Amino acid sequence: MKSLRSLSKIGVSGRGLVVTLPYLWLLLFFVVPFVIVLKISFSDIDLAIPPYKPLIEWIGKNSLAIKVNLNNYAFLFTDPLYLHALLNSIKVAFISTLLCLVIGYPIAYGIARSASTTRNVLLLLVVLPFWTSLLLRVYAWIGLLKANGVINNVLIWLGIIHEPLTMLYTPFAMYIGIVYSYLPFLILPLYANLEKMDWQLLEAAEDLGCRPWQAFYKITLPLSRNGILAGSMLVFIPAVGEFVIPALLGGPNALMIGRVLWDEFFSNRAWPVASAVAILLLVLLVPFMMWYQSVQARETAGAR
Amino acid sequence: MNYRRSYFIVTCLAFGFAFLYVPILSMVVFSFNASKLVTVWDAANSPTLKWYYSLLHNEEILDAAWISLKVAVINASGAVILGTLAGFGLARFSQFRGRFTLNAMTTAPLVMPEVITGLSLLLLFVALEQLIGWPAGRGLTTMTIAHMTFSMAYVTVVVQSRMATFDTALEEAAMDLGALPVKVFFVITLPIIFPAILSGWLLAFTLSWDDLVISSFTSGPGSSTLPMVVFSKVRLGVSPEINVLATITIAVVTMMIVGVSFWLSRAARSEKAAD
Repeated sequence: MKSLRSLSKIGVSGRGLVVTLPYLWLLLFFVVPFVIVLKISFSDIDLAIPPYKPLIEWIGKNSLAIKVNLNNYAFLFTDPLYLHALLNSIKVAFISTLLCLVIGYPIAYGIARSASTTRNVLLLLVVLPFWTSLLLRVYAWIGLLKANGVINNVLIWLGIIHEPLTMLYTPFAMYIGIVYSYLPFLILPLYANLEKMDWQLLEAAEDLGCRPWQAFYKITLPLSRNGILAGSMLVFIPAVGEFVIPALLGGPNALMIGRVLWDEFFSNRAWPVASAVAILLLVLLVPFMMWYQSVQARETAGAR
Repeated sequence: MNYRRSYFIVTCLAFGFAFLYVPILSMVVFSFNASKLVTVWDAANSPTLKWYYSLLHNEEILDAAWISLKVAVINASGAVILGTLAGFGLARFSQFRGRFTLNAMTTAPLVMPEVITGLSLLLLFVALEQLIGWPAGRGLTTMTIAHMTFSMAYVTVVVQSRMATFDTALEEAAMDLGALPVKVFFVITLPIIFPAILSGWLLAFTLSWDDLVISSFTSGPGSSTLPMVVFSKVRLGVSPEINVLATITIAVVTMMIVGVSFWLSRAARSEKAAD
């Protein structure tokens, strides 16, 4: 690319100026904080402000003591609550991602195959809820699902049920909330991928005697692999650490790791334990984040 | 395009959009319900605007909305500057030291669970306060810094993808004619990517306006944002005023999005006509 060559004439200093500010910002406010979380996850809980003991202490003259305390991690692995919450979060996030795929794929496919004017309207309709507050959209489901809520009222009015169903504060409500909130995150990357598809391949397959379902399975699905992966990661990774949805829809027994972290921090003021939970969660999610980044890189490389 | 529209796909689209919109519409409808029970329609006295009146006189919500607005505007403006620089750098400079790190640092916040980002930023602010005395306590400043950190990642993605698709010939021509890189950026690049910057600003504003988790970690006493107030109310159950708030939000967002996309598509058409 010629522009790159001409831009490169500015030399390193020009480039440096452009990227230095965001680089330093993210280094200070995104990377350094994780180092501090790691540090505090090794400290003792203290009844002070802030509620943890320093890792490095001057003890007497010229001697420095570094106390690395593994108790917080030992605690996480001995109390079954934490591992249970972690496994449950992975399960919930995984099932929600599958549900999003089952619901979102036909939608993304349908939009990608619409005429261009309809397509823009449909895309707008997918994006619109995403711009409206997540909190308010989750709140809407409380009104729909509760005992004297809209769904129960309609079902009783239709005579299908006589007693209201218990739906709010159940795992069912939590799944609905997660799928509902994260669906646009799956549809958009998948649509962006499907939009680039050469549909003549499908026609060719059909001309050669392939049934539509076979053609879909053999051509569309493999070609949209990157879109499926990118969309799934955008749902799965944040859903594992989700707090708002289990807190509002899941009821007191909805054990999710994001909620455990929140309670450790806000209710128990156990900052070191909360930090250890964060590190545990991060260690689990970083491989997925790297996977997501490599999928994204492949997608952009493919687009050019 | 020889494509037979399948009933299966049409049905899926219909159900999918119903799933997305029924909850939203239900909030709009019940915001006009007179009953305090919210979801039980009081046919005798509805529709009514009484909850609109009571929301607009709710000091707690209005104060929180004012705080949210201030944070969101400063956040969006800051995030746009940082995100445009990062997006421009990543799209135009194929090699520089730290490119990989910058790319990773702008991708990770998009998927990072909010509880982790919130906790880590709070611990940073506490450590900084102990170390250098700044920031003194938590409040609007810490919250705005926290919001800028995650919203700039979104702006970066938007700007970067716009940069990747536009023709570099104009920039090259300007440079061949002797314009300085800085001038090229402000005279050529910036106007072309302006729609992306505008979308980035709106996106950053919305992310900040909606954020509950990161705000809860990084805010201090007396700086409760709108989502924080809403969350504490909603935890106790449904409230007619929240339905009103939702309806107003939906109305504003819809007008904004439809307006901007109309404006953008018109701009794109006139650009095409000029070619």
